[in-house]
Amino acid sequence: MSASDPTLFVVGATHHTAPLEWRERLALTPEKMPEFQSRLAALPGLQEFAVLNTCNRLEIYGVADEESTLDTLRTALCEHQDIEVDAFRSLEMRELDAKAIYHLTSVSAGLESQLIGENEIFGQVKDAYAEAQDVRSVGPVLHKVFQKAFQAAKHVRTHTAIAEGQVSVANVAVDLATTIFGSLADARVLLAGAGEIGEQAAKAFRSRGANDLTVTSRTMEKAMSLAASLDARALPFEKLGRRLADFDIIVCATAAPGSILSGPALATAMARRPAAPLFLIDLALPRDIDPAAGDLDNVYLYNLDDLARISEENRAARVAEIEKARDMITEKSTYLWESLKRRPGNES
Amino acid sequence: MIDRHWIWIAAACYLVGVVIGTIALVRHRKQPAATIYVIVAGGFVSQTVGLYLRGLAVGGCPLGNTFELFQFTAWSATALYLVVGLTFRLSLLGYFTSLLSVVLTTVSLAIPAWDATRRVNVFGGNVWIEFHAALALFSYGVFALLALTSIMFLLRNYSLKHKRLSGAFTFLPAIRDLDHISVRLLTVGVSLLSASLLVGAAHWIRALDTVDLPKLLVTVTIWIAYGAAFFLRRRGKLYGTKLSWVCIVLFGAALLSVYPVDSSRHGGDEAPASSFSQP
Repeated sequence: MSASDPTLFVVGATHHTAPLEWRERLALTPEKMPEFQSRLAALPGLQEFAVLNTCNRLEIYGVADEESTLDTLRTALCEHQDIEVDAFRSLEMRELDAKAIYHLTSVSAGLESQLIGENEIFGQVKDAYAEAQDVRSVGPVLHKVFQKAFQAAKHVRTHTAIAEGQVSVANVAVDLATTIFGSLADARVLLAGAGEIGEQAAKAFRSRGANDLTVTSRTMEKAMSLAASLDARALPFEKLGRRLADFDIIVCATAAPGSILSGPALATAMARRPAAPLFLIDLALPRDIDPAAGDLDNVYLYNLDDLARISEENRAARVAEIEKARDMITEKSTYLWESLKRRPGNES
Repeated sequence: MIDRHWIWIAAACYLVGVVIGTIALVRHRKQPAATIYVIVAGGFVSQTVGLYLRGLAVGGCPLGNTFELFQFTAWSATALYLVVGLTFRLSLLGYFTSLLSVVLTTVSLAIPAWDATRRVNVFGGNVWIEFHAALALFSYGVFALLALTSIMFLLRNYSLKHKRLSGAFTFLPAIRDLDHISVRLLTVGVSLLSASLLVGAAHWIRALDTVDLPKLLVTVTIWIAYGAAFFLRRRGKLYGTKLSWVCIVLFGAALLSVYPVDSSRHGGDEAPASSFSQP
């Protein structure tokens, strides 16, 4: 592609350029998407396009006859979303040619996400590409750009640490559990407390293969309700002390004013299962578990501060890898752009 | 090439495994497990050739001096790792096995006195005694690997208790997996040593005058100690860090006893080991 050749571009707004209320206004609902795609398909000078629409970004990748087509596209977007063009201009993100490729790769690799290195965006970009294929809005240039961007993103995720280490407290707890138990398939997990944070932790355990979940709460109805939603068992709170030895992982997240698991109670439980490790996760404030329990053999106790510190370390480790990842993406996007320029019919 | 050359090559392979593993650890990168496995396997093959040549030269299992005992122990531990490592995929086990093997092979190669002479006809031509000795040494190889998994258990326990989970600690296996493999190794090691003593006892009963008392005492003491550890673990009385320390100390004691026990043996005649080195 030369100066007179079609322009490869990305236009849109992201969490870097637009605050939440604007992103809400820009978001394309599933109902609105087909209409918007039809509108773009009819746009003069727009050869190819694909729309990436997530909670953090609305981006339109495309190939246009000339750069001025992008202004027409902006107007079409603003009309469709009922937004003033001047207001959108101040939020707009626009990259051309090699920088557009760089941006797509960077987004796919999770470098542009709010949570650096998160994996979900990769699937969202793939979905956007698949949707564009379905409506036949991608041609030879975008096909190549997307496929190469996916390869490059995978390479970056594999060869840097941007995706390593969990950053949410619930996932950090599950990661820790795997360093104790390996597979969680046969680990018996007890959730004490039916609040939101405990539920998140239980869901995280479930998603990582924990099959045996039990829920207890000071209010039995809440325990039963949460247990039903998690496909778990409910345990009356009064029986908790007697059943402690039956669990490998205990997640405490109650709103109790004091500790619900004392050191002596846990010591008694461990005497019944001395060689089996017990992982205690205290997500409550004030704490639910007597800190002295952490001194028992084979007992590993982590509280909210511990998990938050690990989460912060993981986040910092990911950030430290950004530079390396960006260098890789620059190299690969420049190479792709050069190869696109050398395509037959694109000699300048 | 003579047998010792092959063993030097084996030591070099193990050293390469250690260097590669250390670089990965220092750079906080995942261990290149497959690469280390192949390198250790290469070292194992080379060591096997070396011991085979020595065996051909002496006309039996090469267990006639301290050098050979150390080599056989390292070889056994490596052989077991090649099976265990493939089955259980314990991260860092290849690195630790390389480290142990390079120490055992290099130290025994570097001390000429350990291989200056060797006893000939040490088993008196009795294949059962030879089998007894080989089994006992193989069980030491198992206990060597057990000591390694115990060290890994202690490191993982330290990291979890002190909440230091980054850096090299990231690559340690799960503590429950380490406990499981340690218990299995303890079971296998005690079984092999028991079988070895049974085979030996069958011979000793018939020929009490051939018994090396210091060797018998040390071997039986080690067997009782490991047997007690096994029994207490089964009863849930000895587990976790305490069991790990016991396994490490016992293997250290077993290893330290090799030289004095070997020196005290009065079976067979002494001959220069160089006369047995075979190309």
